[in-house]
Amino acid sequence: MTDLTRLTAAETAAAVASREVSAVEVAQAHLDRIAAVDDRVHAFLHVDAEGALAQAARVDAGELTGPLAGVPLALKDVLCTEGVPTTAGSRILEGWRPPYDATVTARLRAAGVVVLGKTNMDEFAMGSSTEHSAYGPTHNPWDLDRIPGGSGGGSAAAVAAYEAPLAIGTDTGGSIRQPSAVTGTVGVKPTYGGVSRYGLIAFSSSLDQAGPVARTVLDAALLHEAIGGHDPRDSTSIAAPVPPVVEAARQADVRGLRVGVVRELTGDGYEPGVQARFDEAVQALVELGATVTAVSCPHFVHALPAYYLIAPSEASSNLARFDAVRYGLRVGDDGERGLEEVMALTRAQGFGPEVKRRIVLGTYALSSGYYDAYYGQAQKVRTLITRDFTAAFAEADVLVSPTTPGVAFPLGAKLSDPLAMYRQDLATIPSNLYGGPAMSVPAGLSDGLPVGLQVMAPVQRDDLLYRVGAALEAARPFAPTPLQWETA
Amino acid sequence: MTAYEQALAEFAPVLGLETHVELGTASKMFCGCATTFGAEPNTQVCPVCLGLPGALPVVNEKAVESTIRIGLALHCTIATWCRFARKNYFYPDMPKNFQTSQYDEPLCVDGHLDVEVDGEVVRVEIERVHLEEDTGKTLHVGGATGRITGASHSLVDYNRAGIPLVEIVTRPVAGTGVRAAAVAKAYVTELRDLLRGLDVSDVRMEQGSMRCDVNTSLHRAGEPWGTRTETKNVNSLRSVERAVRSEVERQAEVLRRGERVVQETRHFSEATGATSPGRVKDDAADYRYFPEPDLVPVAPDPAWVAALRAALPAPPSVRRKQLVAQLGLSDLDAQAMVNAGVLDVVLATVEAGAPAAEARNWWLGALAQRANETGVEPAELPVTPAQVARVVALVAEGTLNAGLARQVLDGVLAGEGEPDDVVAARGLAVVSDTGALGEAVDAALAAHPDVADKVRGGKVQAVGALVGAVMRATRGQADAATVRALLLERLGVEG
Repeated sequence: MTDLTRLTAAETAAAVASREVSAVEVAQAHLDRIAAVDDRVHAFLHVDAEGALAQAARVDAGELTGPLAGVPLALKDVLCTEGVPTTAGSRILEGWRPPYDATVTARLRAAGVVVLGKTNMDEFAMGSSTEHSAYGPTHNPWDLDRIPGGSGGGSAAAVAAYEAPLAIGTDTGGSIRQPSAVTGTVGVKPTYGGVSRYGLIAFSSSLDQAGPVARTVLDAALLHEAIGGHDPRDSTSIAAPVPPVVEAARQADVRGLRVGVVRELTGDGYEPGVQARFDEAVQALVELGATVTAVSCPHFVHALPAYYLIAPSEASSNLARFDAVRYGLRVGDDGERGLEEVMALTRAQGFGPEVKRRIVLGTYALSSGYYDAYYGQAQKVRTLITRDFTAAFAEADVLVSPTTPGVAFPLGAKLSDPLAMYRQDLATIPSNLYGGPAMSVPAGLSDGLPVGLQVMAPVQRDDLLYRVGAALEAARPFAPTPLQWETA
Repeated sequence: MTAYEQALAEFAPVLGLETHVELGTASKMFCGCATTFGAEPNTQVCPVCLGLPGALPVVNEKAVESTIRIGLALHCTIATWCRFARKNYFYPDMPKNFQTSQYDEPLCVDGHLDVEVDGEVVRVEIERVHLEEDTGKTLHVGGATGRITGASHSLVDYNRAGIPLVEIVTRPVAGTGVRAAAVAKAYVTELRDLLRGLDVSDVRMEQGSMRCDVNTSLHRAGEPWGTRTETKNVNSLRSVERAVRSEVERQAEVLRRGERVVQETRHFSEATGATSPGRVKDDAADYRYFPEPDLVPVAPDPAWVAALRAALPAPPSVRRKQLVAQLGLSDLDAQAMVNAGVLDVVLATVEAGAPAAEARNWWLGALAQRANETGVEPAELPVTPAQVARVVALVAEGTLNAGLARQVLDGVLAGEGEPDDVVAARGLAVVSDTGALGEAVDAALAAHPDVADKVRGGKVQAVGALVGAVMRATRGQADAATVRALLLERLGVEG
């Protein structure tokens, strides 16, 4: 019998729809897989077996239908799930069960998607290795001693380890794409406003965007379509239909497409193996009929510092609500201590060091007397980066770069060097600041570890990402996760 | 010369008024929760107004509309593009620990409101009108005063959190001289009437739907303006006036001693009529304002703004003149009502169906007396013009007499419901059944034979004592004229 965990999402949905297999069987196979490997991968913070099987039974009963009905999915623990623990990887929310579903969660449920559980992440999505989770790191299924990327390492690892064919990540500066790159999966940050943020626990409101993680480009497109579209509960949500991503993934056609290689995102600072796989992928696109030009985006070099002012500023405000008054952790409430002391003790114990670092950074950047020099300047850089994109898109339909400077690094290697950790997102941050969509697709291996190619497109042209990704996938099939540790 | 007059003979005052008005929208500023006053604590809440992780705000368009109408009525310029901003500070009644407000890009700027004091028009310039969300309410339990000092714990009610709040800020008002307190009161009164006319808020100061902060400073003529204090939460029209007077007197004494006025927040006490220093903050507040990234900018369509402008009701001053003319009230009469602060409620009572003379008499008479007893303005009493008009109607149709009518209004003031409810609950209808009255009349005659003899003997006016006895026995529910007629009939005397 076929191993149900090796099917793509599209194949699984078809098999369930034709009643070849039941959704309950599919869900059970994945729950078994999680039980077998997750003690080593640690992709999940919470597995909701009961909820998953109940949802699968509804699909089998014909109550829920659609292109992804009966397909299991791993949900990043930053999206609210009614009655199911949601921690954002933080102690401060340990045990909290939201009284409501995020719009993404609600849309998944309505589409008959089977949510298996909640995945591990850097606390409040702040990090690039999932080592900043309060609940211990996730391990890269390609090499358990290496990081799975972050912040959405749990989602990417779950997909790479066949614990789920699909996952939802969120991307503020690269938190979907960088984990996808280092785990050999497909990850997409949709256009800002393309997917509702309602119920997504905010890190940086003007940058956060939820998106799909999958093992194939088509699967990512199917998921993108299921969660995308206007939501009246999110004022920043775009009131327009989802771009035709599924159609684009099926066409997989790059003939005549102008591909721009961003000068500032190649060469120096990129590992030779990463650069080599990137160059080969670009060459493959040329062979498929695309034209390639070099474009310059001079302000991209300022993207990282601008991001590390804007994101922490918004985070310092967004995270103020975790104060022990209404929900979550409460420390030191002994009837003697006053409110301010309990708040301070709770925040001191509830937040990890990286979150505290960013709250302090952001508080400082917004302070009276420093606002113009920091937050104000960063917003100007953001405008300049948007102009760079606009100019580049006059010359090219899509832009490409390596997704990350290197392959997955060993656990612990960059924990003591925040700036080295931050540099992981050098290539991914510009799209967040601009708001346009971007994808990471597997581009081969370097020293046996996955390399990602990043495709960036203009706002609301998410379909172009899928044309490029699917064409590459067809020309250079993605390597499956070897999983040597399972047989060793 | 009073201490206040003395102070303003010596120093020149500069005022500034910040008024917060809860809009009367059916739902909150950023979510769909109801805004009903007085509901059970924490029953009108949802993930958005509780600031739960992940929840996002959506702007209430009706609130934007109301704010623009307020701005237009105050002759403001309406922004073609503006943003909300986050005001960051920690307080448990603020669910997100930031208030979504407006900072350097308010919806309305540069307006004015003309107010009349002693027959002279004073122009108060409006700096800005902006929209924000209200906070929850904290109740401090276990202390003696309800203040945080000495309390054992606090309870928070988030029903109010997220109710749309409009802040109306004046420019400094200088040159009022001894009329400072009167101008402040007249401004707040006129603003309240204007907002009531726009039907954007129920403007009940005693319920907190309109709240006022008063900035006051003094300086000697020819010198730069003095340091100002901000008196918070002045919650009645009378308190506005008293707060200014008390702060003027206090600051004058400070300055006379050669000391400096400390820039601080002060609290006004209704009980003492004086202000006292608020909590001293050990560090200057830094609210770290920045544009609210969860909301898109508000860009009112000029055509919409034009339509709102065209549909504005006449301002209170104009409407007053029209109604006074319609009702044939004399200027003197109208002025007396203006001075007593009852003109608008009298006119509203007339609009609700009462004859002008009756409306005037109630508001200048019994209701003014009740207001005086409770230390509020007549218009702030918890009775509506429509309720007064109903009582007038009940008297006209004979259900009530004057004494009963006062009892009914007392019932309404005591929160016993509509006039008809009070009549029913207290059993206050006039007794016109002569059979029942007959017994009371006979009893009175039997109890006071001497008086009865006097009347029989020709002293008809002495019957008044017997009427009084019958009225007492029927707890005022009899019609006095009927009682008199019955008594005279029994005594065989011609009325």
